Amino acid sequence: MIGYFLRRLVALVPVALGVATLTFALIHLVPGDPVVAMLGDSAGPADIAGMRHGLGLDRPIAAQYASFLWELAHGDLGQSISMKEPVARLIAERFPATLELAGAGLLVAIVLAFPLGLIAGANPGGAADMGAMSFAILGISVPHLCLGPLMMIVFSLDLGWFPLTGRGGLAHLVLPAVTLGTALAAILARMLRQSLVQVREADYIRTARSKGLSAFAALMRHGLRNALTPVITLLGLEAGALLTGAIVTEMIFSWPGMGRLLIAAITARDYPLVEGCVLTFALSYVVVNMATDLVYGIADPRIRFARD
Amino acid sequence: MARRNLSLIAGGAIVAMLALAAAFGPLLVRADPLAIDLTQVLAPPGRGHWLGCDALGRDMLARVLWGARLSLMVSTTVVVLSLAAGSIVGGAAALAGGRVDSLVMRLVDIVLAFPGFLLAIALAAILGPGLVDLVVALSAMGWTGYARLVRGEVLSLREREYVEAARALGAHPSRLLFRHLLPGLASPVAVQATFGVGGIIIAEAALSFLGLGALPPAPSWGNMLDAGRAFLLVAPHLTTAPAVAIGASVLGFNLLGDGLARALGRRG
Repeated sequence: MIGYFLRRLVALVPVALGVATLTFALIHLVPGDPVVAMLGDSAGPADIAGMRHGLGLDRPIAAQYASFLWELAHGDLGQSISMKEPVARLIAERFPATLELAGAGLLVAIVLAFPLGLIAGANPGGAADMGAMSFAILGISVPHLCLGPLMMIVFSLDLGWFPLTGRGGLAHLVLPAVTLGTALAAILARMLRQSLVQVREADYIRTARSKGLSAFAALMRHGLRNALTPVITLLGLEAGALLTGAIVTEMIFSWPGMGRLLIAAITARDYPLVEGCVLTFALSYVVVNMATDLVYGIADPRIRFARD
Repeated sequence: MARRNLSLIAGGAIVAMLALAAAFGPLLVRADPLAIDLTQVLAPPGRGHWLGCDALGRDMLARVLWGARLSLMVSTTVVVLSLAAGSIVGGAAALAGGRVDSLVMRLVDIVLAFPGFLLAIALAAILGPGLVDLVVALSAMGWTGYARLVRGEVLSLREREYVEAARALGAHPSRLLFRHLLPGLASPVAVQATFGVGGIIIAEAALSFLGLGALPPAPSWGNMLDAGRAFLLVAPHLTTAPAVAIGASVLGFNLLGDGLARALGRRG
């Protein structure tokens, strides 16, 4: 088991390096001069050369890449141009808010998905199945972008149940978390249903039924754990998307997290801050995916042993 | 008798209505989506302006219809481009096999390890706002999924006897790909591309909402949602109209994708 964990951790290194390299390439190799963009068209050649030198952009690309990796390894993401503070500190201030939102979104997704998926999968073709799956396709189709403002109109403005924007106590968290988690809940519920429907046909369920268990009890006691494996995979793939979904959700609800920081950095053309935010989002995504791999190994021993 | 494919019918109907609205709506509703009328600022829905007017007195119905045109044009262009790029990369990797295949697929894995929407945001931020840059950014996000799908399907299809026969007759790899393999890919690709259009409609609206897509005053649904935020209290119709348009369009493509998958005997 420990060997499996260590191997997954080691496998993380090349992926993280690839993601860091892609981030670097995005900022440094895509056409368009960031310095000209930051200073504006009216800047003189001396200003441009001065800023380029200050940011180290006049060095060969390989040297820039090497120092980017070196500084990254030391937790140094450079200096923000617009906010005159270290990028790492700005990110460290905002990251907890994004994690809180993403975590709450994940919780909403799981709490909604399980009953829906179980109801639908335990009795496929029935009215409950139809209802749960209709909700699921709606949930997948209405993006954060639409659900957020619509919920603000109904639950904040009309009913006055929750505050409109900002971060504070639990009441502030409800609407953003539901906005962020609903689509994932729908995706998971569909997968759980499909997985349960397949498991129902398995030999071991028939054996359990022949021993006198009811269909529902056989499914719950013997089927559920097996049905969960694909759901966990999907959860891992999509949980990372919660982090990027948080960007839009934070903008809707004025949530003071990384997403708003990223958009503010883009608006200010603060490239070191853009790079730092993109990198942090991408690396968090990689870490979430790895964490899922670990959970996956715990939930399904076959995977652990197959790779051992 | 097989149960009627409700998803296919409902999804097809919504998508057809959306396409008709995008094609002919701007001809029927003659109002100019960019015409400012300060006597109609934030007018609620009613006679003359069925969906009301925005903060500059522009007709919301006209803007939603022109927005449908923009949204459909961007999303279908992006899906066609990413499908073409993904098919070429995935198909070539599968046919070349060996080192080329593993090198190309490692590259695809690295891009896939990067969240797609974040990639689009970063590209859009660097390229700057505008329609062409928006299409480039969204296509960069979408091609990897198609590359993986096409590679997997080509690997399984090329073991079929009819492909082996063509190879035995000396067919060039490109002829194998275009003549014999791509037609076999049609149904899985059609399903994924249909879902893809829905996904790109969301991503396009989100980028425009964040100020990284179509530039105002272009009537993009994402721009309209962004502009509506300031008037949520006094004019919620500025938000509900584009929100319902986005949700209904995505629902249409998702239902159509589900229905196609069932009709073609894949997934679902």
